[in-house]
Amino acid sequence: MNKSTFLGTLAVGALAAGIASAQTLNDVQSRGELNCGVSTGVNGFSAPDANGVWQGFDVAVCRAVAAAVLDDPNAVNFVPTTGQTRFTALASGEVDMLARNTTWTFSRDVDLRFTFTGINYYDGQGFMVDRGLGVSSATELDGATVCIQTGTTTELNLADYFRVNGMDYEPVPIETNAEAQQQYLAGACDVYTTDVSGLAATRASFENPGDHVILPEVISKEPLGPLVRHGDDQWADIVRWVLNALIAAEELGVTSTNLAELAAGTNNPEINRLLGTEGNLGEMFGLDNEWAVRALAVGGNYGEIFAANIGEQTPIGLARGLNAQWTQGGLMYSPPFR
Amino acid sequence: MAVTQGEAPRESFRLSMLLYDTRYRSYTIQIFALMLLMLGAAWLIDNTLRNLQALGKDFSFAFLWNVAGYDISQRPIEYDSTMTHGRAAVVGFLNTIILAIMACVLATVVGVIAGVLRLSNNWMVARLMTVYVEVFRNIPTLLWILIFGAIMTEAMPPPSAFRGDEPTASMAFFDSVAVTNRGVYVPAPEFSRGLGALDLGGVQPSLNAIAFILVVALSIWANRRLIAHATRVQNATGVRPKTWWKSLLILFGPVILLLWALGFHLSYPELRGFNFQGGIHMRNSLIAMWLGLGIYTGAFIAENVRAGILAISKGQTEAAFSLGLQPGKTMRLVILPQALRVIIPPLISQYLNITKNTSLGLAVGYMDLRSTLGGITINQTGRELEGMMLMMLIYLLISLTISGAMNVYNSRVKLKER
Repeated sequence: MNKSTFLGTLAVGALAAGIASAQTLNDVQSRGELNCGVSTGVNGFSAPDANGVWQGFDVAVCRAVAAAVLDDPNAVNFVPTTGQTRFTALASGEVDMLARNTTWTFSRDVDLRFTFTGINYYDGQGFMVDRGLGVSSATELDGATVCIQTGTTTELNLADYFRVNGMDYEPVPIETNAEAQQQYLAGACDVYTTDVSGLAATRASFENPGDHVILPEVISKEPLGPLVRHGDDQWADIVRWVLNALIAAEELGVTSTNLAELAAGTNNPEINRLLGTEGNLGEMFGLDNEWAVRALAVGGNYGEIFAANIGEQTPIGLARGLNAQWTQGGLMYSPPFR
Repeated sequence: MAVTQGEAPRESFRLSMLLYDTRYRSYTIQIFALMLLMLGAAWLIDNTLRNLQALGKDFSFAFLWNVAGYDISQRPIEYDSTMTHGRAAVVGFLNTIILAIMACVLATVVGVIAGVLRLSNNWMVARLMTVYVEVFRNIPTLLWILIFGAIMTEAMPPPSAFRGDEPTASMAFFDSVAVTNRGVYVPAPEFSRGLGALDLGGVQPSLNAIAFILVVALSIWANRRLIAHATRVQNATGVRPKTWWKSLLILFGPVILLLWALGFHLSYPELRGFNFQGGIHMRNSLIAMWLGLGIYTGAFIAENVRAGILAISKGQTEAAFSLGLQPGKTMRLVILPQALRVIIPPLISQYLNITKNTSLGLAVGYMDLRSTLGGITINQTGRELEGMMLMMLIYLLISLTISGAMNVYNSRVKLKER
């Protein structure tokens, strides 16, 4: 059933030696391939397309890191993980990083010993119901059967929300998004709950998306971002600053179309430092100075990646909302490149 | 003992004898193998400890006393999300046991019937059973579980189909059983003058159930005394006194009286809100696991039963027939008791298989030990090593208990050699 859990235990228990040392960058470069943990398939975030090529918002982070480190956005080995197997896969060294709608929480950061390298999507947990049920608020869900993905924060938020509101529910634990979708459509549960972005992505793949409503209540904060193991700060820095480069590029107006032109040098020193024509930021963490140019060449800046995968022009149709740049009233804010 | 001295010259022990003397060589080899084994174990343990240290993890079971925070659908004992991971593990353990017992019973019933029928003289019946055995035991059990799960969710009506003036679905068995795509709701026994429950610090066994079990056990014991008495009378006088009405009275009288005294009635499931309320809710996950494991393993047990019956020589059947016993009685009184000796040992391993296969529950969301302790708890706390080891220990204990109990039963039915 759960190969990763088993392998992980085995690895933690006996076989893998010295996996926590500061070796990840060397390992990745000598392997020539980045092992990136993604979800088992959420449209828009990480799912293989018709040609079997992984596409999506989270996948773009993996590709940007691979481009920065290996100079090849396709040198990524995508490892699909479920909510239950993802942490073991990362802790055991099966993957070098996770980019998988994973919520940054205290206990995951501190107790599970992972380093969250930033936030690429500010989300919150919501509920989706069939329009025919006539439910307009989550407070009317007393006694409902709820499909949840096990091993996620949604499971815990759900328990808290229903207890605080004095309501009862029947949990149906499910391993993957695809199974949950099938159970929900078959009517085996009244409600499907996960992060709102995930609900929108799932609904977009339905035959009749209009028959399903996402209830207005957002019951939790779900800051989603890529994460790596504790103990290798160099690698954590690389993943963190690749993400920051994508975000900063949008703020600075660096796009995939003007990238080549700006990389030749501009009169904006911050752009110059980011794109490596000034200073030696890349060398500071063990890469060359072209790293950000390569990362940005894959899918453009954060805004372009968002628009192409989950933005309003796509079937998923998510508005920027909290995920707009801080200059636009959102929360996306990269520390300065200096 | 007579001691003779100085005859054979005492051979002095030399080190090379450890290798060349057959008297000592086996010791050498065994000690060497043991040392290798211990070295291997030490290497594993040392490596584990060092890697845990490298990961910055300690080895501790303290997480079992932390708040779990997640809910479990099927709760044999009281549980909510504010209770501990340890409590959640106990709930999962009980769910495992419930499923294992239900599946063992189903597999035994199905297996014995199919095994006997496969030897039937009726061509049609025998072939049908062959098809059942070959189809079920040659497809992995996980697939059967998923198939039964899919049938339950996809083919059964949702609770909303029971609603309205012209519902598209209706309840079975005189409006008492509701089969929906969320599980089967059956009437639950209730007592209007119940005895309440014992409070044993965390667990609250129902006194009603205890009283019921006590009365049934007493009735069965009394009935056995009655039959033993009848046999004694028959041995003494040659005439067996009629016992059937006394047996009926002893077996059913006290139970009916008890139920009446407790105010027994059934509470029927009723559609309220999103779901049926009241009654006993057998969830899809439980039904899929139960049917999947029970019918799959039943096919193996059928083969064991067939092998057991074929192991009894045909002469036994012919002898029974010549005494005038009917085929049914021949099977029940002559063949099966002898066949049990052959059937029980492989049956033990089938029961163990069922118990271990309950850990597939996660596939359909059944909250057994694997899904609670080995799934959500491990995932929320990051204690893979501790959780897995604890889970392995618990499964080991369950299996050893089952095999111990079945060995006791086996020694009771096996051929007594004096």
